Amino acid sequence: MKRIAWWTVAIAAGALLSLVGLRAHAQPRDAVKEIERYREALAEGNPAELWEARGEALWKTTRGPRKVLLEGCDLGKGLGVVKGAYAALPRYFADVDRVMDIETRLVQCMVTLQSFTAAEATRQVFGDGTKRSDLEALVAYVAAESKGVVMDVPMTHLKEREAYALGERIFFFRGGSHDFSCASCHGEPGKRIRLQDLPNLIDPKDAQRAYTSWPAYRVSQGELRTMQWRLFDCFRQQRFPALQFGSDASIALTTFLARNANGGTFNAPAIKR
Amino acid sequence: MPDPMRIRATIQDGEATVRVLMSHEMETGQRKDAAGNVIPAHFIQSVVAMHNGRPVFRAEWGPAVSKNPYLQFQFGGAKAGDKVQITWVDNKGETRTDEVVIR
Repeated sequence: MKRIAWWTVAIAAGALLSLVGLRAHAQPRDAVKEIERYREALAEGNPAELWEARGEALWKTTRGPRKVLLEGCDLGKGLGVVKGAYAALPRYFADVDRVMDIETRLVQCMVTLQSFTAAEATRQVFGDGTKRSDLEALVAYVAAESKGVVMDVPMTHLKEREAYALGERIFFFRGGSHDFSCASCHGEPGKRIRLQDLPNLIDPKDAQRAYTSWPAYRVSQGELRTMQWRLFDCFRQQRFPALQFGSDASIALTTFLARNANGGTFNAPAIKR
Repeated sequence: MPDPMRIRATIQDGEATVRVLMSHEMETGQRKDAAGNVIPAHFIQSVVAMHNGRPVFRAEWGPAVSKNPYLQFQFGGAKAGDKVQITWVDNKGETRTDEVVIR
């Protein structure tokens, strides 16, 4: 057997050591990657599709005292146009002279087109495990019709700009018993709560990734959850007073986040923990 | 009438792959509500897939299967355009059958 020069052995050992060193340092990255892979595997057979199917049926069925289809609703892209509508919301609507997000717009259409009262339309805004929410199903359907569309929230009308500015102020507003603001958790890079990575929502890349994954099926809740729900739950976690469904504050905050996500490819409904 | 299933079926190299998403509570019967009463068991017990009049897949499920079950399976001897019927029956005797065309 030919004698191997000592220095080749030394280099080989050095290379091996540095590889081992690299692997040990890379372990936290691997854990994040593995969770990502697990989530991708879960995405097949996302129960959100059941909500999408229910929402599509609701959209295309005559309902309400006037027995009308929701297909006469303008979600911003024209009467009855659902494709791409979610990726361009919230936006200003001239017929009500205000900015609306998907949920307030759906309620608006249910009231004006189908003659539901506002109370009837908002009786069950979030499913609770036994009672279903029609709004969640409709949002799932509309969102699915924007899958693959690039986020393009408009900022031309004065009220759209005002909503964004208000949302930004709310985002940085510290209050409640714990003096939290949205920015406390979502205003810096690299933060997490327990095992949940927190997106930095003022960074366009993070905002894109986060916003385009809602609405989503929340496995822990067994329900499909929307942006209105997500913000409501954030307020709860911050020990803030309850965020009112469809309030100007909720629309402003959604406008701020959605606009920050412009340029991202819409990818909802997704599946989450 | 229980909610419809979402079914997709594709064929590749003579093997059909069927993906089914079922809408069902799959209540185990081991949970209790806020008042302390047991929530009665309500879960799918059997699943059958039929193709050209013959069963190509069978499953017997228990409480271990989660809510809104997702099922995927393969079988041979099919071609594009064939129909597959999936039927589930739960412990209360409720049942649902849906059909898909293999693409």
